[in-house]
Amino acid sequence: MEMNFNQHISGQFNADLEAIRNHMMGMGGLVERQVANAIDAICSGDTSQADDIIRREDEVDKMEVTIDNECTQILVRRQPAASDLRMVLAVSRVVRDLERIGDEACKIAIHALEVADKGRSEICQQAMRYMGAEVVKMISGALDAFARHDVDGAIEVVRNDKLVDNQYAAALRELMTYMMEDPRSISQAINILWILRAIERIGDHARNISEQVIYLVSGADVRHSSLTEIEEQAAKD
Amino acid sequence: MSIIENHQTNGTPFSDNAKLRARDVQVFYGEKQAIYDVSLDIGANEVIALIGPSGCGKSTFLRCLNRMNDTIDICNIKGEILLDGENIYDPKVDVVPLRARVGMVFQKPNPFPKSIYDNIAYGPRIHGLANSRVDLDEIVEKSLQRAGLWNEVKDRLHAPGTGLSGGQQQRLCIARTIAVDPEVILMDEPCSALDPIATAKIEELIDELRENYTIAIVTHSMQQAARVSQRTAYFHMGQLIEVNPTDQVFTTPQHSLTEAYITGRFG
Repeated sequence: MEMNFNQHISGQFNADLEAIRNHMMGMGGLVERQVANAIDAICSGDTSQADDIIRREDEVDKMEVTIDNECTQILVRRQPAASDLRMVLAVSRVVRDLERIGDEACKIAIHALEVADKGRSEICQQAMRYMGAEVVKMISGALDAFARHDVDGAIEVVRNDKLVDNQYAAALRELMTYMMEDPRSISQAINILWILRAIERIGDHARNISEQVIYLVSGADVRHSSLTEIEEQAAKD
Repeated sequence: MSIIENHQTNGTPFSDNAKLRARDVQVFYGEKQAIYDVSLDIGANEVIALIGPSGCGKSTFLRCLNRMNDTIDICNIKGEILLDGENIYDPKVDVVPLRARVGMVFQKPNPFPKSIYDNIAYGPRIHGLANSRVDLDEIVEKSLQRAGLWNEVKDRLHAPGTGLSGGQQQRLCIARTIAVDPEVILMDEPCSALDPIATAKIEELIDELRENYTIAIVTHSMQQAARVSQRTAYFHMGQLIEVNPTDQVFTTPQHSLTEAYITGRFG
């Protein structure tokens, strides 16, 4: 008789695990849209979009609490082990990073409003657009890797985080040049700085999500590891 | 499901500082084979948990370690089990002192129909471990202390052992095992018949006992195995599938069968 090892004996346990995974993906989708809209708001100057993002932030926060509670219930009721345990822990950690991404999207939206308030600015527009698109792709890539248990996909996101960090450093240099050349631009530049910082932080959180994918699949805890160390660990597994 | 051909046990079945070494152990009940080529070391002063679904052979294997299977007529054993380097199945071995060195605690507490004192004193008396009443008193007190029962029974040592609660009876049985100065204690689901509080006390006791004894425990409770042991051995259809440090078995098991069992996908 062929044994089906995909399903728990307890159908309810299966359902509970499916639920936290699906809810996490749902939260991920919402947060990805928040970030994409926030970047759009910067580039287009559309303040209504920014208002919308700030309003929806509440929804993101509530999802974090709900999903985390669901994870707690599974730990209490089922005392999961092995891959199930890693899944519950990974989901709990990922929703925390998703909530932080939501916060950063909100910050971008708030600063977009301030930028718009001071009059449209061309400072670092290209950098923000480029970095923004990159981090949206990273969030999507990380969640995709989670769904498909794809370690290679997760490592790709970690690689892209390095690129975003480099872009951030370059954008800061550009920003400083503007400020030195025209001190009247400093006020606007500071808003841009916060936006760039928020985008860079989103990249870091997407990286954190990827680290949880690696933990989920292989059990290796690669938090605080360098890209090289992560690649070496993956080669071993 | 059928046995896995040519399976090599995953993980770390062997250790340098082994108290017991099993090599290529096979057990048959008549024609039916129950254990297939199990090789495993049990390290000195470690607690090793044996887990697996019903009928997987973990209790059968445990009983091999002090030749309790000798009491089953149709049971026969091949292979070697070495205690401190000496084969316990050597025809010259006397099983009575062996079972003092390798003691056993069973699922259902089984105190003798004697007083608490005599339950403990019986073993040392018949093994000649006490020269005087004073010696015996000391052994009884020490054993009950080590089993965490002394304070509860010191004022009623002559009360019947069977009058104690389930958890106390089991600790009495553990004290009885300790009284004959064993080196290894085998436990076959020692907490199955106990309530959660009694279970917690026994688990804490197991941790304390490790200082002086080597312990092998069969358990159906994954959480118990995770709490009390340093290594965990997973048995499946008479084969030893995997042995690894306990925290590894319960977070990242090596074999898919181990993973499937401990995550409740079968059992």
